[in-house]
Amino acid sequence: MAWTRKILRINLTQGTCSSEALNMEWAAQYLGQRGLASRYLVSEIDPGVDPLSPENKIIYATGPLTGTMASTGGRYSVVTKGPLTGVIACSNSGGFFGAELKFAGWDMIIVEGRSPKPVYLHIENELAELLPADDLWGTTVWATEAALKKRHQDPLLRVSSIGRAGENQVLFAAIVNDLHRAAGRSGVGAVMGSKNLKAIAVRGTRGVGNIADPRAFMAAATAGKKVLAENAVTGQGLPTYGTQVLMNVINEMGALPTRNHRDVEFEGARKISAEAMHEKRATDGRAHLVTNQACFGCTIACGRISRIDETHFSVETKPEYWGASGGLEYEAAWALGSANGVDDLEALQFANLLCNEDGMDPISFGATIGALMELYDLGIVSKEEIGLEAPFGSAEALCKLAEMTARGEGFGKTIGLGSKRLCEKYGKPELSMTVKGQEFPAYDGRALQGMGLAYATSNRGACHLRGYMVSSEVFGIPVKTDPRETAGKAEMLKAFQDATAVVDSSGLCVFTTFAWTMNDIQPQIQAACEGDWSQDSLLQMGERIWNLERDFNLAAGITAKDDTLPPRLLNEPCKTGGSKGMVAEIGKMLPEYYSLRGWTPEGVPTAATRSRLGL
Amino acid sequence: MQKSLHIDPGKCTGCLQCEMACSYEHTGFFNPSRSLIKVFDFHHEGRKVPYTCTQCAEAWCLNACPVEAIKIDAATGAKVVLDAVCVGCKVCTIACPFGTVNYSHETGKVQKCDLCGGDPACADACPTNAITYIDSDWTGLERMRQWAQKTDSAARV
Repeated sequence: MAWTRKILRINLTQGTCSSEALNMEWAAQYLGQRGLASRYLVSEIDPGVDPLSPENKIIYATGPLTGTMASTGGRYSVVTKGPLTGVIACSNSGGFFGAELKFAGWDMIIVEGRSPKPVYLHIENELAELLPADDLWGTTVWATEAALKKRHQDPLLRVSSIGRAGENQVLFAAIVNDLHRAAGRSGVGAVMGSKNLKAIAVRGTRGVGNIADPRAFMAAATAGKKVLAENAVTGQGLPTYGTQVLMNVINEMGALPTRNHRDVEFEGARKISAEAMHEKRATDGRAHLVTNQACFGCTIACGRISRIDETHFSVETKPEYWGASGGLEYEAAWALGSANGVDDLEALQFANLLCNEDGMDPISFGATIGALMELYDLGIVSKEEIGLEAPFGSAEALCKLAEMTARGEGFGKTIGLGSKRLCEKYGKPELSMTVKGQEFPAYDGRALQGMGLAYATSNRGACHLRGYMVSSEVFGIPVKTDPRETAGKAEMLKAFQDATAVVDSSGLCVFTTFAWTMNDIQPQIQAACEGDWSQDSLLQMGERIWNLERDFNLAAGITAKDDTLPPRLLNEPCKTGGSKGMVAEIGKMLPEYYSLRGWTPEGVPTAATRSRLGL
Repeated sequence: MQKSLHIDPGKCTGCLQCEMACSYEHTGFFNPSRSLIKVFDFHHEGRKVPYTCTQCAEAWCLNACPVEAIKIDAATGAKVVLDAVCVGCKVCTIACPFGTVNYSHETGKVQKCDLCGGDPACADACPTNAITYIDSDWTGLERMRQWAQKTDSAARV
């Protein structure tokens, strides 16, 4: 069973909390988390709805393996219509909140309407109540978490909340749980803010039981952990270096987008890499990195815990930032660093801390700063307008703008609109490095052809976590493909996208797939859940989820012309390195992709495809 | 050989596999709130520290119990709560200097680590060997070995 079979429905307009049975027919078709929450969302909201209106809903969903002993089984997803993109948003977070929600007896929370005043949701097992949050409004994620634990006299409370960025409806605001784990992308935090919902605080003591076949489950989970431990990436690379292990690797391939994608190699990459995080600083003789940290149930433990340099200009008068806290992951280090040309590791960490503290997606924030710095470089935005000088490479500008954006001060309000709206505002939409309004992550779509297609077709805008072609094009997992090659990429991407949708619906972390294949994942799902969860049915489910999301996006106004990349990636060849001369050739791959998906040349699922998938 | 749980916080990542294994072993549920070993996160120091009963030789809990509900398991040395005898008076929870015996309002009894009868589930589940189950007379052996290596000046030449 693994599901608790219960949904908590919160109507903020009416101030009500109610329990309802999980639709098990849908659970059999969509498993949980991403898939199942998406099924609920598309059946309950009009795709044309304004994402920041009371008519939008926001769903916090666990998977059947969330809260179990399966390695990494602690994930939850936040599904809503995204304000940054105007398409379906599905942001996945680790930490401990998801498992706690499950332990309290809930598979998901569906939040609808808008509260007239700031509130937070407090859940203690089957009891759920909306409580006033007037005193929390205007405070950070960190302050909110501390205040709620104190108020409820419960140090074991798990909290998922927004900071000032979400309150101010920064379009890339994140929802942060356990201080520095985030449902980061697409502006899900702004949706929470628009609803006047500050936080969800949960304490669960019921636990997860009702595993369909406990003996088989424990055997499959144990076997899975062994595979992760023995794999070089999940057993050694990720725990030692974190995802930051990628910085030098991607840079050396000429695939590290630099200065708003003007360049593909960053001369300062070494200084902001995993290796640099391990080195002792000249100032205090300590390494930036303190230790690694696991999310709930995770036997990989890729998370970084860092300590900022107390003498750095950003924090020298701010001792509240001196303790160990969530450190730089690859994506954050890239977006806050390479994307802007900033090579000051401590400045990156300061901006990262602010993103955690006030709930912002560091990818979209950093990439938006990259766009601003290009506008500044071209003389389109002035120092007077911004309030400071913002040349590429300025650590001072990065730190100051992070504060201004998190707090909604001055030009920070404009940055909070994201790169697309910023560049449109200044008449240079082509300088926005986005797809469907969402900023690129840390791989250049010209240097890695498969990633280019992945970005163009991702259902939540530019994203590396919908079909991580880097896995094949860089690491050779499951097979090595030439990053310069377009042939065969459409087929591989479809397989990646469908399999990822399965993982995202299970409660497991997608990072397991550096080591795990469906051969490792399927037995864990099958043993935990009643029903037919063969590999074929799981992969078909992944395809069903992909098409469900696509249908929603089409109804929200997306067309095939949105399945593209910015002109810079299509027309301006990479200038240096291994990718020199390359552009993103998605035109060679997209028709084949549509065809493999069973879509029309206009990118619309055919009636036959819908019928085959039971949509 | 009598064995002890040995905890090396430096190796702990805070994944809570131990808490799930413990609760699953004792209750059949994955439920950290029922775990008899707890991992504490000292966030600003970047340290995670698992903590549970050390099975004191002169056990305060055992001596304080007015109904003799805590017995020594001869095979493992564990101080084990006999649920059938425990009356839930909580005196042992006051007596224990370390806080590792606690009352459960769900069962109306106290609960503490019983070493799983000699095969502790927490140690089995720990992915980093932060929790191990080793010879109780030689819990310092690994640290001795490390110092032996460090102080062996001849090896460095």
